[in-house]
Amino acid sequence: MANEHSSHYVAHQFDDLEQQKEAGTLGMWTFLATEILFFGGMFMAYFVYRFSYPDAFAAASHYMDILLGGINTGVLLVSSLTMALAVHAAQEGKRKQIILFLIITMVFGVTFLVIKGFEYHHKYVEHLVPGWNFEYKGPNAGKAEIYFILYFVMTGFHALHLIIGIGVLSVIAMMTARGNFTKEYYSPVEVSGLYWHFIDIVWIFLYPLLYLIHVHK
Amino acid sequence: MEASESTDHVNYLNNGYGVKSWLLTTDHKRIAILYLISITIFFMIGGFFALVIRLTLLSPEGTLVSADTYNKMFTMHGITMIFFFLIPSIPAVFGNFLVPMMIGARDLAFPKINLLSWYVYIVGGMFTLTAMVMGGVDTGWTFYTPFSSGYSHTNVVPTVIGVFILGFSSILTGLNFIVTIHKMRAPGLTWFRLPLFIWAHYATSVIQILGTPVIAITLALVGFERIAGVGIFDPNIGGDPILFQHLFWFYSHPAVYIMVLPAMGVVSEVVTCFSRRKLFGYRQMAFASMAIAVFGFLVWGHHMFVSGQSVYAGMAFSALSFLVAIPSAVKVFNWTATLYKGTIRFQTPVLYAFGFIGLFTIGGLTGIVLATLPVDVHVHDTYFVIAHFHYIMVGGAVMGYMAALHFWWPKMTGKLYSEGWSKLAALILFVGFNLTFFPQFILGYLGMPRRYHIYPPEFQVLNVLSTAGASILGLGYIIPFFYLMWSLRKGKTAGDNPWNAKGLEWLTSSPPPTFNFEKTPIVNEEAYAYTDGVFEEDVAGG
Repeated sequence: MANEHSSHYVAHQFDDLEQQKEAGTLGMWTFLATEILFFGGMFMAYFVYRFSYPDAFAAASHYMDILLGGINTGVLLVSSLTMALAVHAAQEGKRKQIILFLIITMVFGVTFLVIKGFEYHHKYVEHLVPGWNFEYKGPNAGKAEIYFILYFVMTGFHALHLIIGIGVLSVIAMMTARGNFTKEYYSPVEVSGLYWHFIDIVWIFLYPLLYLIHVHK
Repeated sequence: MEASESTDHVNYLNNGYGVKSWLLTTDHKRIAILYLISITIFFMIGGFFALVIRLTLLSPEGTLVSADTYNKMFTMHGITMIFFFLIPSIPAVFGNFLVPMMIGARDLAFPKINLLSWYVYIVGGMFTLTAMVMGGVDTGWTFYTPFSSGYSHTNVVPTVIGVFILGFSSILTGLNFIVTIHKMRAPGLTWFRLPLFIWAHYATSVIQILGTPVIAITLALVGFERIAGVGIFDPNIGGDPILFQHLFWFYSHPAVYIMVLPAMGVVSEVVTCFSRRKLFGYRQMAFASMAIAVFGFLVWGHHMFVSGQSVYAGMAFSALSFLVAIPSAVKVFNWTATLYKGTIRFQTPVLYAFGFIGLFTIGGLTGIVLATLPVDVHVHDTYFVIAHFHYIMVGGAVMGYMAALHFWWPKMTGKLYSEGWSKLAALILFVGFNLTFFPQFILGYLGMPRRYHIYPPEFQVLNVLSTAGASILGLGYIIPFFYLMWSLRKGKTAGDNPWNAKGLEWLTSSPPPTFNFEKTPIVNEEAYAYTDGVFEEDVAGG
């Protein structure tokens, strides 16, 4: 692996590209373990209150826009596909394709954020933002408030991760344009793909848990 | 001969002197030094708060400071010592310095992330220091809701932001260690040839990775609750403050093992070296470290026996807490068995290690007392608890830290400190520590509650004893500061291996060169391959 051509990609602490690649991948998986526990704290709180106040949660979830949420789910799923295609292009060393797919992925990411922004705006107009603008008509207003706090905290942290993800992909795209990756060494593309898929998976859990409670009831 | 040359060689300390060469370094050894300086500063700040606490408790009326100030003092003592000193202490200083060297690597897997972790630590520290300067915080280091989220009038938000940020420094260090230990071991260095210091840091890193994010999100939620005025722990809208305690202790109990596991790793290195023995039961020791990390995640509810969690949960947590005693006891027995019939040299590092073994045993056994549900109901939130966890954290973790400092100081600086002064300081520390905290066991058992600045007059004698002990303890920390500083200027040259210790870090020069080894070492023997009773004089002489 570590031939003359690729050796200048190897950082000083590593013996060869193989070791560097494995370290990067393991590092990202370890980081994702941290991320799972970070979101895990919020999911834990969600489950405790969902099981304590099932009716209040089901009623509050009526206010979710299933259509916009559903479109966003589709957007993120397709973005995971384009991310996977970017990694595939990296495996084959096709630089232009990598950049193209990364840009498409980022565009999907931005689309998600824009739609999410509209949803947040609707919630503000409907007086459903706890702390700033909250007037809930219906029984169990306090418990519904907990639902909306969880909604904003969980989707907010998810959106924050997405923003970071878009930032990471733009750096990777620039590195690709500068020719930092080859068929032999494209580990950063692959590793940022892992992160992107993780963000996607978090949403796959968030969507049914927040939007579809009353449908399920 | 080598010894005299070793001060002149190019090493990690003398290959650059500018401020930039330190603040932009990615050398794990320099980052370790940055951490050493930073945590020492926070240790002094935390020590100052402890001083005010002990002086206030000299008299039953608590005349020195007001009740409000006292609340801030014990809160900031806890926050500083736990988050800014103990959690980073051994991993960030000695782990950073030694993990790559012990496994024969040139650096950690991600040197830039390692530097980032130090900056994250500093930024977190700045937030918390700012909170302290602005008037402090009075919630207790546990930040219990709803007091912290709704009622306290002190600087909770900047403090929790500080601790939130700090958590990421701990996560990044743990991540770096896990990847480094997995992927960068020297040829021949199999998992069961690793020094136990490495196993201990691996177990610690697992806790840092899995526990820290939970307290981060929990404190973030407290911060939101304070900023927005509503939150999920607010009982007024149906929120559950007990949930906060569950999430808090899910991290903060394992955090105790973040503090004490690395110290156990240090003790294994030191005990074998100074008794010239192979470690008794190496594999059990390695597995015990992992077992402590795993069991540590299953016992958090023993902090909540009287909080209103279900009685059945309490019983389960009580039983699970006893489980942690098993791997801990395995370690104590194995160190003792290692020392048995060893040729022991009573040098400073091993004195601290002995201190660790004895004090950790007392702390651990009283921990079993506290894990027993009905007994805990009696002594909960008394000085018995205070005494117990100081035996673990100061008697255990800080003793381990001091052992590490004295064991690897010659490697880090290339200098030897004064043998006489360091032995004296170790003795003073041991005496001062026990005089400070043993009376607190009695005070707690008699019923003196924690976190009050006044107490009934019949408790005064024991409190005065404790404060007297604290001043001796303080002296015990000041003396090493002076002789270690002195050693930098005037200390004798240490040579590569002043203790004739095994382990890859002793194969290279002191201080080590920037990339640690001239040539990647090849390992063909197990850890601690000491020949029983043989003190290889010729290695030291050179």
